[in-house]
Amino acid sequence: MGNILSIVTFIPALAALILAVFLRGDDEAAQRNAKWVAMVATTVTFLVSLGIYTQFDPADTGFQFVEEHEWLLGLKYKMGVDGISVLFVLLTTFIMPLTILASWQVTDRVKEYMIAFLLLETLMVGVFMALDLVLFYLFFEGQLIPMFLIIGIWGGKNRIYASFKFFLYTFLGSVLMLVALIGMFADAGTTDIPTLMRHQFASDSFGLLGIHIVGGMQTLLFLAFFASFAVKLPMWPVHTWLPDAHVQAPTAGSVVLAAILLKMGGYGFLRFSLPMFPVGSDVLAPLVLWMSAIAVVYTSLVALVQEDMKKLIAYSSVAHMGFVTLGIFSANQQGLDGAIFQMLSHGFISAALFLCVGVIYDRMHTREIDAYGGLAIRMPAYALVFMFFTLGNIGLPGTSGFIGEFLTMMGAFQVNTWVTFVACSGVIFSAAYALWLYRRIVFGDLIKGSLKTIADMSGREKAVFAPLVAMTLLLGVYPSLVTDIIGPSTSALASQFDNALAAAKAATQHASN
Amino acid sequence: MMQADLTVILPEIVLAVYAMLALIGAVYSSRDDLAPALVWLTTAVMAGLAVWIATGTGGTRIAFGGMFIDDGFARFSKVAILVSAAVVLVMSQDYMSRRGILRFEYPILVALTSVGMMVMVSAGDLMSLYMGLELHSLALYVVAALRRDNVKSTEAGLKYFVLGALSSGLLLYGASLVYGYAGTTVFAGIVQTVSQDDLSLGLLFGLVFLISGIAFKVSAVPFHMWTPDVYEGSPTPVTAFFATAPKLAAMAMLARILYDAFGGISGDWGQVLALLSLLSMFLGAVAGIAQRDIKRLMAYSSIAHMGYALMGLAAGTEFGVQAMLIYMAIYITMNVGTFAFILMMERDGRPVTDIRALNLYARREPGKALAMLILLFSLAGVPPMLGFFGKFYVLRAAYEGGLIWLAVAGVIASVIGAFYYIRIVYYMYFGDEGEELDTRSSPALWGALMACAAAMILGIVNMFGVEAAAAAAAATLVN
Repeated sequence: MGNILSIVTFIPALAALILAVFLRGDDEAAQRNAKWVAMVATTVTFLVSLGIYTQFDPADTGFQFVEEHEWLLGLKYKMGVDGISVLFVLLTTFIMPLTILASWQVTDRVKEYMIAFLLLETLMVGVFMALDLVLFYLFFEGQLIPMFLIIGIWGGKNRIYASFKFFLYTFLGSVLMLVALIGMFADAGTTDIPTLMRHQFASDSFGLLGIHIVGGMQTLLFLAFFASFAVKLPMWPVHTWLPDAHVQAPTAGSVVLAAILLKMGGYGFLRFSLPMFPVGSDVLAPLVLWMSAIAVVYTSLVALVQEDMKKLIAYSSVAHMGFVTLGIFSANQQGLDGAIFQMLSHGFISAALFLCVGVIYDRMHTREIDAYGGLAIRMPAYALVFMFFTLGNIGLPGTSGFIGEFLTMMGAFQVNTWVTFVACSGVIFSAAYALWLYRRIVFGDLIKGSLKTIADMSGREKAVFAPLVAMTLLLGVYPSLVTDIIGPSTSALASQFDNALAAAKAATQHASN
Repeated sequence: MMQADLTVILPEIVLAVYAMLALIGAVYSSRDDLAPALVWLTTAVMAGLAVWIATGTGGTRIAFGGMFIDDGFARFSKVAILVSAAVVLVMSQDYMSRRGILRFEYPILVALTSVGMMVMVSAGDLMSLYMGLELHSLALYVVAALRRDNVKSTEAGLKYFVLGALSSGLLLYGASLVYGYAGTTVFAGIVQTVSQDDLSLGLLFGLVFLISGIAFKVSAVPFHMWTPDVYEGSPTPVTAFFATAPKLAAMAMLARILYDAFGGISGDWGQVLALLSLLSMFLGAVAGIAQRDIKRLMAYSSIAHMGYALMGLAAGTEFGVQAMLIYMAIYITMNVGTFAFILMMERDGRPVTDIRALNLYARREPGKALAMLILLFSLAGVPPMLGFFGKFYVLRAAYEGGLIWLAVAGVIASVIGAFYYIRIVYYMYFGDEGEELDTRSSPALWGALMACAAAMILGIVNMFGVEAAAAAAAATLVN
């Protein structure tokens, strides 16, 4: 199984091709076949990806399962995983069958819907495995196409505005990364990511257009990558595409967006910004830390006043991603561990919350919070599940949400106490908006006439939630399941970052003497 | 000696003689129903020539005292010109015969303009360059006005003729200045008198006029005004032709004259090209937003694309030339596919060019819509389509040529331009219900559309060897 990574990446694409070529018609049988093909393909992908998990050696901080082939222009098709990426691969393959299962009631253009999701899975898995800059960019940007279509075709009323905003916003963010990527290619003569991680990019300050740039080329490269990843993550103040995209996207689209697509920004910071531009990261880290703290507080406050459930959860996502950047740019092991943990945990919890919205949206076709109330009476199982994930979202000890927030804040506290203090207060706000949302939807009297006949979750819906509940709980009580795998890699990354920074500072002092 | 010279230009002679014999034969029989047969015959001749040139002897051969150069660069361009012209010719047939404008002159004129383009890319002298350019242009003026009872088509032909004559005038004026100051019209002679240290003002002026004249042909801003009108007015197959082979020919001719005659002062013309490139990318991207007519939209799209190709040339490096050739090859493929789609857009048998007519096209024609979707994203330069790699090559060339600001501007323009491509996707995939287009399609058009779309995806594996061929071609031009 020397090429297990490529197999995992391309099984969904193969299934998409099979659907596109062989499945004809749009009758009920064809729709059912499309769903089953997608379901089987994503499940098989998940099972095969478990092979990566079992054979992965956490003690080895280098890249494992590496595959390498020559490609155009001296580029390489190179795939591999390390402790940082391997769990994101598993998160992706884990979430995808659930999204397919959650989309079982789609009736409009089912074949195209499944093809879009399968292609999206290939591209998402590829992002976490790519070990060549251009290959990474290919997967990273390629996702815009299926996601644009998913929002645009199967989205809500205002889907056209949301899809265009999503596409152009993220495209603009990424093209600057493209230029930086070409600059790195020109500077280092290779696009091989492991080599680039060891390459020292120039960090001598210089003036450009009258501005003195501390950290020189590294800072510029950092900013170009930052533009892309900050939009993708998204960070305040470039998060505005996310609430629109989430609100208009179909449930499964929101799930994929929140659970996986957002993680690519954080993954990009870990894979590129920290190891490749340590000086640039160091120069801008205070700014990023403050932006994260503002994001946590500001978006939590914004979430408080939302009328639309999905929008509320979208803003809550932005707040949680604030913790991720807080952890990453603390650049110590607790921070990095916490950031990865937070991303994985958010992958389960936010996915589940969007699915919770999906459950009642499928029944009532509205996401207005005011349209609900007292659901606990008719939907006890739903109330329980929603309660569980609401508490996870708040970061209650015992759920995975707590570990992530705690570790990131512990990391950040060592670097900047004030930022951590501000971010801490965001935890309280998150409890406020999440519990208030829960109260307005689930508790109270069931007075709305339209809710009198609402049915509780079906077996299919319960099947979707069960694995998510299990994972959230498991990681909450047994976090070393994750930290054992990521630990060696994050500690290597943290020490590499410190060493590179020290070396660069020594070089600067040496030059000035 | 003479015979050796003639063997070098044998492909041009064959095509020219074929065109003239076909003309004589067709005029004597004076039957338009010969036209379909002539289309196929011309296609076969051009395809045969392309194979011949592609598989022919390597190396550089110079004929007629330096007036004609047959090198790897010329051969690469000629193969691309002949293949794309042949494909467009086949695509035209069904559309034109159903509208009664498939006259026997059409394939013959296309053959003649191809001869002109072949001479253009092989020219080693200002005289042979002009000769090729005029042969190519005159034939194009006529095909633009092929639908002579249609006001828009005749207007397009006339506009193209007047502005083309103006650009020829500019070019000739530049040529005469260069001749006056260099004392020769042969590129190999000019290049010896042109040096960075003492560049006479006259030569510089001559160079600028030459570039301006050719910029008309590649429709680079600010010499682009004719493009939207001519694209819109000409019959669609003719527009498809305008968008493909002549663009490559003009771009290759520009590269030829800049490197062979003015290779020593790449810093000077690099600035001019960088400016043309910048303006073209932005105007193409911004002005396209307001267009509802898909042919006009494609005109602005091609203006923007020429900006990117010029970016490669502006870098002034061998890699830049390679990037330009790859970009043009990809651009031609994308345009052939896109125009194959446009040629199939009709309602009740009448051609439709309003993009709003594509309402929910994907629901009725999922296959064709998917192919068009791939082409549109490729045009926008979104990975993983091949169009992205074209942009990647030219951006890298610009970056390494020290034009980082141009590369940054280029990617920003590409985001602006992406808007009008994805708007077409929006109409096709999630627009509102509206009057439907016909679902008729001809095998040639369908095949061209699908093949080009497939190439956009499959090409990312190894680009079908175009990369290596372009590298070899660029190496022969830039020594």
